[in-house]
Order: sequence, then structure tokens, then C-alpha cells
Amino acid sequence: MGKTSKWFAVRAELNTRERTIFGIGSFLLPILLWCIVSYTPFIWHPKVLVEDPGGVDYFQVGMLVDKSVFIDEFAKMQSQNLLVPRGEPANPIYLPAPHLVAKAFYTAFTTAPEQKDSPWLHESLWHSIKIIFWGFVISSLFGVPLGIISGTYATLGRLNEPFIEFFRYLPAPAFGALAVAVLGIYDGPKIAIIVIGTFFQQVLIVANTTRKLDATVLEAALTLGTRGPRLLTRVVVPGILPDLFRDQRILLGWAWTYLIVAELIGTSTGITWFITQQARYQHFDNVYAAIMMIGILGFGTDLLLARLGRRLFPWDRSLDRS
Amino acid sequence: MNDETILPSYLEQSEAVRSRFDRIKQREVILEVRNLCKRFAAKGGDVEALRDINFKVHRREFICVIGPSGCGKSTLVRTLAGLEQHSSGDVLLDGKPVQGSGQDRGMVFQGYSLFPWLTVKKNVMFGPEMNGRGGDEAERDARLWLELVGLEKFADAYPHQLSGGMRQRVAIARALVNQPRILLMDEPFGALDAMTRAKMQAHLLDIWRNIDITVLFITHDLDEAIFLADRILVLKAHPGEVQEVIEVPVPRPRSAVSFSSPEFRTTKARLEELIHPATVQESAEEQVIKPHMIRFTNVTDNVE
Repeated sequence: MGKTSKWFAVRAELNTRERTIFGIGSFLLPILLWCIVSYTPFIWHPKVLVEDPGGVDYFQVGMLVDKSVFIDEFAKMQSQNLLVPRGEPANPIYLPAPHLVAKAFYTAFTTAPEQKDSPWLHESLWHSIKIIFWGFVISSLFGVPLGIISGTYATLGRLNEPFIEFFRYLPAPAFGALAVAVLGIYDGPKIAIIVIGTFFQQVLIVANTTRKLDATVLEAALTLGTRGPRLLTRVVVPGILPDLFRDQRILLGWAWTYLIVAELIGTSTGITWFITQQARYQHFDNVYAAIMMIGILGFGTDLLLARLGRRLFPWDRSLDRS
Repeated sequence: MNDETILPSYLEQSEAVRSRFDRIKQREVILEVRNLCKRFAAKGGDVEALRDINFKVHRREFICVIGPSGCGKSTLVRTLAGLEQHSSGDVLLDGKPVQGSGQDRGMVFQGYSLFPWLTVKKNVMFGPEMNGRGGDEAERDARLWLELVGLEKFADAYPHQLSGGMRQRVAIARALVNQPRILLMDEPFGALDAMTRAKMQAHLLDIWRNIDITVLFITHDLDEAIFLADRILVLKAHPGEVQEVIEVPVPRPRSAVSFSSPEFRTTKARLEELIHPATVQESAEEQVIKPHMIRFTNVTDNVE
């Protein structure tokens, strides 16, 4: 069996080296595509970057014009025997080349903000992280205990869950105006949106995880004389801890996705403010860099938490490949 | 040789065995079950899982409950443990009706019942801690019991690092360190391989011989039941009722040799009669559609 048919065997298992290689490849592929589109002039490149305006009066150096317009002007100049414009094929401004984005990663932090009192990028980023943190913590403070109790006691579960299921379908951004009216325009409504977006899912997921706890473990505890609240604190909670950790990790990922929407409510702050500002000034390389920063931050946190989970809970086999 | 024809009746007991049973009957009754019934609702009306179960268990007796699948053995032991509620009848422990589950009725389950987040030693300490005997005393008792089951070296290991037989030994230690009045065992060796099972049976008898514990053991393995038990409660299915209570005539102490003794064989024959009765004559239609093979191989290519 050749290498290729081995890789395409159904449900094949990859060894660590293969997993790493394919994992890195997963990131290299889109970057490769991006490089191809950016650096090969005959792929796409629908615009022309003007280097020498020639005789065209409205052309300026560094301007991007449509290819058809450039060709027309070129022909016009030629026919009138004036200086012809010179230019290079280029992609539209909203698709910067990879090296420009890479440079922007650094310059975005070092360039002073356009307006005197505006926050620097690292301040914006920190603000965003604080919003996510508080939103998630407040949601978990109420969501996790409620989920565990709903999952353990059928009566309380049935009392809570139908309404929470319903509320889950109300989109969090819809509460934006309400949140501003109640909590003001600064950080309050932003945190509230993240809480609303996370809390209801959290209760249902944690309740489900709690219900999945092996009944035999609970029954063993009962026959050893465990009663009442001790069952919850000494058996249920330690029993579901690995799965609860995994659930929280996934929910944190979802909370991240509410970040941008939340930051548009009330005053614009944080990384979203930075992105909208830079988009307004057409510095799309900064926009790409900022979006990627959010991604790297979220993804990096997730990986670290996954590794931590494997370390903390060595008895849970299901964490092995997540 | 002279096997089947001259087997004694399973009701015949030698002098030693008879006097032993008399001594047992003198002891106080630990567990009494009176008119126990368990019904539960299902599609198409009520299902009677247990009907009118009556029996008594004396102190330090070893009782096995046996029966075909679906006869309610598990339901019975779970009801005794307090994990399920019976519909009517009484379960009396030391003369007092039981309320829910508790430390007085310890239980060993068939599957994985150890707490995976605790070490072996902490697992065994769990019961005493829950019942207020915490700290050093609990740790001392736990270490003692781990030594008794031969696992003192694994005190700080986690359950997922142990084999099936070792896990069941920890489960037994965990139940017994709690000083229950009766130990209920729901097919505890069912998931183990034959050799480990044999070792665990000998080990269990060793424990039972040396401490003041009464055991109620559920199994579907006839050999296991006869080897371990003083008395065997035979249940029948649909609905679950006591078919017979058999006093095992095999003399103690028992060993591997006991399996071939005439008392053992006659008891086993009786159990098989009760549990797997001879099948009824097949009707004419069933005989016609009996499967039969046609020969596909070469005439000279034989395997037997």
C-alpha cells in the first residue's frame, strides 16, 4: 500500500509527526493562496497602481485605478501624443499583500494614534480582553452552578431549561439598545451583551454534561452513605470537572465571537474601535493585522487551556485528542 | 463411570453440613424481606418486576441470588441497597425498615464504580469521611484494608491505572472499610476473565471467613453460585418470584476440588433444571424449517 492510499484509508490514525506536518500545512495553505494572489501579477490584480501619471491630469502617484480606466487613459494619451502614464498591476486596497500585513503587526503597535487622546493599540487590545474576561466570568458565576443544579435535580432542571431554551434563540445583539438604556454607554452594555450571548448556552451545556455523569459513580457514593449536598460537592462536581473544563473552553471561544458586536454598542472601544478607525483611513493592512490578532489571541488561549486540561485531568481519556 | 444415575439428591446433607446450617439458623436475622413487590409502568400496562419475595438472611451467611436474564436479580439487589423504591412489602435490616441508601448496606457494582479523580487510598477513605470518621483514623483503616486486599503498593495510584480485578478489589475494600451490616454484590466478577474471576472468588471467601460480614451475591454463573453460597435463592422471570431456596450441601471449606464432588454436581443439576428447563417439543412447522447444511466441499476433504 503506497503512502497516499495509507493516508486515505478510512478512519486512518496519524502519528504525531504527521499530525504536526498536516497541522502546519493547514495554516500554510491559505497563506500560500494569499501569496499567489498578491505576488503573481497575472492572477487577478484588477487595478493598476499609478507610478507616473504622465499627462493624465487627475492621476497621482500611488493612486489605484481600474485597469479599464488606465487602459483608456493610456490610449488617450497615446493618441494625443502626450506622456503616457506608467503603472503596475495591483490588487484592490482591501487585499494588502502578506508582507505588508506582517509589517503592520509591528507598526500598528508603534505608530501613535491619529488623534491625540485616542488609545494606543495595546490599550485597545487590553480593553477588549477585559470586556471578554468580565463577560465570561459573570456568565459563568451564574451559569455553571445553575447548569450543575439543573442537571442533577430533575425538578429544577425542568423548571429552568424550557425557558432558557427559548431565550437562547433571542439574538444577543438585539438587546443592544436595551442594554444601553439600562447600563449606560460605556463598558456596561458591552459586558451585558457577552453575558447574554454566553449565559443561556452555558446553562444548557453544563446541565447536559452533568447529566452525562456515570450513574454508577453516583450510586456507589450513595451506598457509601453520602447524602444531600455532599453528593453535589464531593461527587458530581469532581466527576464532571474534566468535561466542565472542556465545555468552558468551548464557551469561551463562543464568547470571543460576540466581542466585535458587543464593542459596537454604546461608545466604540477596544479592538473594534481600532479596526473601524483603520478601515476609515483605508489602512487595511492594520485591519487585517488586528483581526488576526483577535484570532491568534483566542486560538492561543484555547490551545493553552486544552494543554492545561490534559495536565490537570490525567484520568479522562476523552481529552486525549480534543 | 457411575455418574448420573447414582447422584444423591441435592436435599441430602451430611452431618457436618446439617449441623452447620443449624448453627447458622441460630444466629440473628440481619436482613428480612417480606412480601416485596416492585411494579413499574410501561407501555401496555404495569410490569411486575418482583412479586412477593420473601426470605431471611442470617448473620455471616453467604447468600447467592441466581436466575435467568430479566428475572429481576438486579432490581432486587438495588431495592435492598435503597437505590430503587419498592412498590409494596418490607425490607428490614436488623428489624428496622430501610430508608433509601446508606452505609449500612454496602454495595459492589459490576462496572467501573471507583471515583476516577481520587487515588485508590482516597477512594477507600471516602466512605469513612462521609460518615464522620475522618482524618487519621480513616487513613489508617484505608491502609489496613488495602493491605488486606493486597493492594497496599497501589495506594497512590489512580483507578485508570489498575486492571479490572484490582479495581474490584478496591471496590470491595471501599465497601467493607465502611463497616456495613450487609455487603450486596451485583455480579461483581462478571466483567473479569475466568482466571481473575476464580482468584477473586477465593479472595472473597477468604475475606468472608475472617470478618463479621454477611454477603448477598447476585450472579448468573451457576458454578460461582454453588461455590460461594451457603444458600441459593433461585428466581424465575416474568414476574420475578422466588422459585426455590436451596441449601448448598457442598461441605466447607471449599476448593477447586469441590467442583467435581457429587454434592456440587447434583446441586448444579437441580439449578439447571430450574433455570433452563427442558425445551418443549417443537411443533411440526418448526421442525420443517430447521436449518440444514448442504455439503459444498470435495468428497475427500473432511475435517472430522
